[in-house]
Amino acid sequence: MTKKKNSYGFATRAIHSGAAPEPITGARNTPIFQTTSYVFKNTEHAERLFKLEDFGFIYSRLTNPTVSVLEERLANLENSRAAVACSSGHASQQLAFTSLLGNNDHFIASNKLYGGSINQFNKTFRNFGWECSFVDPDNVKNFENEIKDNTKLIFIETLSNPDGSIVDIEAVAKIAKKYHIPLVVDNTLATPFLHNPANWGANIITHSLTKFICGNGTSMGGIVIDCGNFNFLKDNKYPGLSQPDQSYNNIRFSETFGDFGFAMKVKADTLRDLGCTLSPQNAFYILNGIETLNLRMKKHSDNALIVAKYLQNHSKVSSVSYAGLKNNKYYNLGKKYFPYGVGSIFTIKLKNGYNACVSMVEKANLLSHVANVGDTRSLIIHPASTTHSQLSDDEKIKAGAGPDVIRLSIGLEDVEDIILDIDNSIN
Amino acid sequence: MSLKDNIYYADDYIKEILFTTKSIAIVGLSDKENRPSSFAAKYLKNRGYKIIPVNPVTDKKTILGEKVYKSISELEFIPDMVDLFVKKEKILSFVKEAIKIKTKTIWLQLGLIDKESEKIANSANINFIMNRCPKIEYAKFSGELGWAGVNSNVISNKRKLLKND
Ligand SMILES: Cc1ncc(COP(=O)(O)O)c(C=O)c1O
Repeated sequence: MTKKKNSYGFATRAIHSGAAPEPITGARNTPIFQTTSYVFKNTEHAERLFKLEDFGFIYSRLTNPTVSVLEERLANLENSRAAVACSSGHASQQLAFTSLLGNNDHFIASNKLYGGSINQFNKTFRNFGWECSFVDPDNVKNFENEIKDNTKLIFIETLSNPDGSIVDIEAVAKIAKKYHIPLVVDNTLATPFLHNPANWGANIITHSLTKFICGNGTSMGGIVIDCGNFNFLKDNKYPGLSQPDQSYNNIRFSETFGDFGFAMKVKADTLRDLGCTLSPQNAFYILNGIETLNLRMKKHSDNALIVAKYLQNHSKVSSVSYAGLKNNKYYNLGKKYFPYGVGSIFTIKLKNGYNACVSMVEKANLLSHVANVGDTRSLIIHPASTTHSQLSDDEKIKAGAGPDVIRLSIGLEDVEDIILDIDNSIN
Repeated sequence: MSLKDNIYYADDYIKEILFTTKSIAIVGLSDKENRPSSFAAKYLKNRGYKIIPVNPVTDKKTILGEKVYKSISELEFIPDMVDLFVKKEKILSFVKEAIKIKTKTIWLQLGLIDKESEKIANSANINFIMNRCPKIEYAKFSGELGWAGVNSNVISNKRKLLKND
């Protein structure tokens, strides 16, 4: 009695997955459960919940019904098994890493990352005793060369901030698999509509929900997604997953919860102890955003391509780094991994360097000067003096954020208006 | 243990089994409360199923308050379902015993896949499910799985009410 499962399309799942009419009232939209705690049916019920024997809600630092809907929705859209939401994208990285790394462990990260992630790995994570090797992801062999006995994870951004470069994820996943190391992927700038890392061998996905997924610039949020495809019981490298947990009656997370063991570990242990919880109010805003994710990402990508093509021929612009352009070195990877477009964040270099960049940012009238990306509004920033300012000059250039670089995040306004504003501010 | 095993069971097939089953003999139900088999059994017992422990090695007379049987053939009545938490090599022999007592459903837990067992169960007209857990399947349809942020792959416009509420 085996039968093919019928699967809904992306747009349908973006609206419905994880949500159902509220059982008591029939409320059709997901209610905001603005509560810290939940009444137990009796002491025996409470005990079962505390031992993780049963599903249910105890306290909103760990679980909340509005937040759960968001978690299931994103796990579904990422073709994955389970997810744990949290207070920001950075919190999601903290949760994923804390769940995998111990003192004196090592990890490898692409050097083409959001500047804040480079900081987090380089400074704060080092203080946890986690050593990071940054490698140039354009040559995937670099990942393999850095693998040591205590290497516990590999981290990349699929589509990377600020210049929209693309990593050959399938090739990196093969290396990770060969050494039985989980591949952790920040899929923030792509979103599950443009790209599903799990389809290419990623094991864990993190997102800043603050960006396109929420989409309207109202709410901070993050999520850790367990793709459900890494066997933590294969060896003793990940004791948090494979060894008895004293705080839960000596269960082993990966044994007890199988293919969502990692998500349960992140939630029941790491989130419980670190406390970087997502509020139900923010979960609600983010859920509303996700309902139109496919429409927005298509339009963001289309607008960005039009703007990038325009700027490519602009007299004040020396280069445009956007994987949607045929002459871009990531064009072919874009075609392979991003069939619906390569997102809307890219960089341009201005011929007149640093001063021209500062002047452009200040002259803009429609494009907003903010330290954010992935908004409905078009955004502009000079990374070298802002988001990437903590990096050394060398690191800035490696991260695609040299002094002559402007980062654009193309929004959903009329594309003619975006181009007009860029044109006015660049001159 | 991944569910990406290319085995598909129609939702209605599993729901029908879960709704009509009243008693479940769990072969390999541990006497230790932190084992996965105990987690599953406790949950199912709490949802109103009669749990019958089958455990040849324990010296306990009861597990989760239920009388322990040493083997399937010793059972004093026919359970609606026989659920196997056993080693791979033992699957087929337990399946044969379960067919002999004419249970209605044979269920192999997560991690257990056996095509030969499926074949003989099918030809004996007995429902057969493998590499799944009845607790997780129950929670999938009750909506509880989603409470833990797990992707149930269920989309429904109906209000969900739990059996024991
Ligand atoms: C690619 C990427 N990852 C992670 C983050 C961190 O997310 P958050 O600001 O929500 O902590 C950002 C934020 O800009 C980002 O762009």
